[in-house]
Amino acid sequence: MIECECGHKNPIGTELCESCGKPFHEETEQKLLDMRYEGVARRSKTYQTTIIDKIWNFFSSVKVGIWIIVLTLIASAIGTILPQEMYIPPNVYPAQYYKEQYGVVGYIFYTLGFHNLYGSWWYMLLLASMGLSLIIASLDRVVPLYRALKKQSVTRHTSFLKRQRIFGISRVPNPHETIKQVEQKLKEKHYQIRKENGNILAEKGRFSRWGPYVNHLGLVIVLIGAMLRFFPGMYVDEVLWIRDGETEAIPGTDRKYYLKSERFILETYDQDDKKFQEIIKKVGNGIPKNYQTDAILYENKNVGIAGAEPKLVKLKQQSIKVNHPLKFDGFALYQTSYKLNEFHKMYFKLEEKETGKTFGEIEVDLLNPKSTYNLGNGYKVEILEYFPDFEFGDKGPTTKSKIPNNPAFVFKMYTPKTKDGEISFVAIRQNLEPFGENKFKMTFTKLDVRNVTALTVRKDRTLGVIAFGGLIFMIGLVQGMYWNHRRIWVQIVGNEIWMAAHTNKNWYGLKKEIDYVIKDTDLTKPQDQKEHKGEVA
Amino acid sequence: MINVSSNLLASSFFAYFIATILAWGSFASKQKKASLKIKKWERISIIVAALGFLLQIGYFITRWIAISHVPVSNMFEFTTFLGMMIVLGYLIIYLIYKTNIIGLFALPTAMTVIAYASVFPKEASPLVPALQSYWLKIHVTTAALGEGILTISFVAGFIYLLRVVDQTKSSKKTFWIEFVIYSILSTLAFAIVSYIFNAMNFETTFSWVNETQQEQELVYHMPAIVGPPDGEIVKSSHSFKPIVEAPSWMNGVNAPRKLNSLIWSLLMGLVLYIMLRLLFQKRIGAKIQPYLKNIRPELVDEISYRSVIIGFPVFTLGALIFAMIWAQEAWTRFWGWDPKEVWALITFLFYAAYLHLRLSKGWEGEKSAWLSVIGFVIIMFNLIVVNLVIAGLHSYA
Repeated sequence: MIECECGHKNPIGTELCESCGKPFHEETEQKLLDMRYEGVARRSKTYQTTIIDKIWNFFSSVKVGIWIIVLTLIASAIGTILPQEMYIPPNVYPAQYYKEQYGVVGYIFYTLGFHNLYGSWWYMLLLASMGLSLIIASLDRVVPLYRALKKQSVTRHTSFLKRQRIFGISRVPNPHETIKQVEQKLKEKHYQIRKENGNILAEKGRFSRWGPYVNHLGLVIVLIGAMLRFFPGMYVDEVLWIRDGETEAIPGTDRKYYLKSERFILETYDQDDKKFQEIIKKVGNGIPKNYQTDAILYENKNVGIAGAEPKLVKLKQQSIKVNHPLKFDGFALYQTSYKLNEFHKMYFKLEEKETGKTFGEIEVDLLNPKSTYNLGNGYKVEILEYFPDFEFGDKGPTTKSKIPNNPAFVFKMYTPKTKDGEISFVAIRQNLEPFGENKFKMTFTKLDVRNVTALTVRKDRTLGVIAFGGLIFMIGLVQGMYWNHRRIWVQIVGNEIWMAAHTNKNWYGLKKEIDYVIKDTDLTKPQDQKEHKGEVA
Repeated sequence: MINVSSNLLASSFFAYFIATILAWGSFASKQKKASLKIKKWERISIIVAALGFLLQIGYFITRWIAISHVPVSNMFEFTTFLGMMIVLGYLIIYLIYKTNIIGLFALPTAMTVIAYASVFPKEASPLVPALQSYWLKIHVTTAALGEGILTISFVAGFIYLLRVVDQTKSSKKTFWIEFVIYSILSTLAFAIVSYIFNAMNFETTFSWVNETQQEQELVYHMPAIVGPPDGEIVKSSHSFKPIVEAPSWMNGVNAPRKLNSLIWSLLMGLVLYIMLRLLFQKRIGAKIQPYLKNIRPELVDEISYRSVIIGFPVFTLGALIFAMIWAQEAWTRFWGWDPKEVWALITFLFYAAYLHLRLSKGWEGEKSAWLSVIGFVIIMFNLIVVNLVIAGLHSYA
């Protein structure tokens, strides 16, 4: 404890008495006081021996904080030189892609791991140390600062007043009368006045001093929110492809919710639209206007019952568009992609080649073909083999995928005339007869297509935390930036009036206010002791 | 309606020009004698600037009506709007500090930005689905306002540097001051060159394979110094042939053409700069300095700092918070490390560093002024280079 001559007991390490402001370390009489944090005793300046002290001191330093900011800034900038891994085409090998597309630069970028910079351990470490710095640097300052501003007394030590940036001495005929006038003026400017032995401390906007700590707290909450994502169950990111008219379980909901897509619609801007004619002429037709899935959301009432068929109850009907996701139970479904005109059903007729006579039509659902189609009267078609995405590979016909992009069939046709059946291979624009001349053939008649929509299924339980942090941050920012903490001391010293003033920022505004306060009084204008002399505005 | 709108924009540009001349005129004569008459001219300058601002608001509203969405959806519209926000920032600072010093450079900066905007295609472009949201108005305008106010910080900081940096001998500092002037001249040159070649109907059509691996035609309206990679001339109004090809890693939309424009601007900027140097027979900074000798450096330093204080929360709100809310609605996630997002974060971090250096390390005056210049460079980088070189979700032009 350091006891000041005013009688106030200050914690060890205090620079300026919390009560009267008397400086404890008189270096030079002329120098202005360092008013940052009111000269309070900060832990980091007082305890410097143990490991904990050293870590505390490291992270409480603003210099370290600035270095963390600058390093994060530089790292973030480097990450934008080339696209990140998530923005390169999904079907390529990153190692190859970066080298081929961007040459040596790409090779270095990939080798150093910059293709996934924002997810790298060292970038995470930077963000974590930023969080630590925010917490420690704030605590180190806010607690003692709060104490000092609470303990401050009205009457200040003369060397405190003298060494304020704005300071002036006036000799006036009637000090008490002048102080009364000043008090009135200060009230007009919404200062809160404290009086003691005829001296005045006028103060306003002290709450703005807490702004930095409030916004730091907000940032810490945001960082914590970002960290929460790594806990299971906090974050769902899936894609749901649905064909027109189909109903699918929504991934990530454990079959609790189902979605039906009635249709996917793509609209483009009309070239006759007068407003945009010019640009459509230039870039061509097909500027998209709307991507939309007309969807119905169902809840499965049988969820959790083993082996039970889903029992669907309609919850909601909505058109999901870009910027208009479908929201339910913490989930949101976003329109993200689509595929137009996927093959749905193919129709074939069984035809006698010689006569051209047909004996009924089969309808093949390309996702779910039947093995036998009975046409009656002894006419029957079997599908021996089905290749949804046909390709002629090394080992003969094969399929690339299960999606019917290029369907092909091996049919076996039975008729009263050909009891043993004839085999025919049918693909788009192809009709082969591998086992010799057939009497019958399968004639393609028509094709049904339908659209497929892709919806991103997203659940992000961290959103609330992050939004809350963002709100706190913004409040703190405005609180600290748009208000100023101003104090004006008016004190009677002998037969003089001493006036000193301090603000945490915007000295111009403070000086203007002082001009107003001393107008029509006998006080002389206090000087800004920092300003160069001999220059005019 | 769109013609009315263009005329309003042209008139507001003209008003800014007149206001600049009035500002410099009244300022230069103030050196000799301070009279009431000069004070009056200064007032007129402010009034003309405010009138220009109103005309530009008129442009904004009429264009909004004409295209039936908020006109901030392509490079021309956004950059014009940014110019308007710089003027607004200047008017706000005038209301607080009642000094026209900022106008000396804020108005030319705004004019340069608007001139730069005017070379982008001006056709009304329809909104793609991702942009169809009320957040377009909210996010883009707030972000631009923040950037406009932060630009005033650069203007004040730059005036500070012009005022205090020792111009009697050449140094690193004078070099960088000249460099900033050269950059501004290059932007101006960009607008001038575009107009000249447009007037001459220069046109070269290339066929090339673009960044999405599609074969496309690319029309240059300036002689091609840099052609597209493996591009072939389809037709041309002149015999000028590309000297080099653009590097294929430039991923922006029509990047080779933009690179070509950039090179033209830098070259013509150099020509303008050399002309001015020859005219003045000294560094441009040295030529300007005597005019500024009556400015109190503390005042411009404070204005520069104050602009950051006012602009930083606005920028954060518009370019980060509103941006994140919208991204969550439109792109399914509030943050996706898109280059534009990252550069908004970088801008945020930079000004955060500025504030901490100023508050805790006592970086005031000159150091602070240099920082405000760098801050402006970052903002311009995000506007120009991120769209030119780096592809991303924000490259709308």
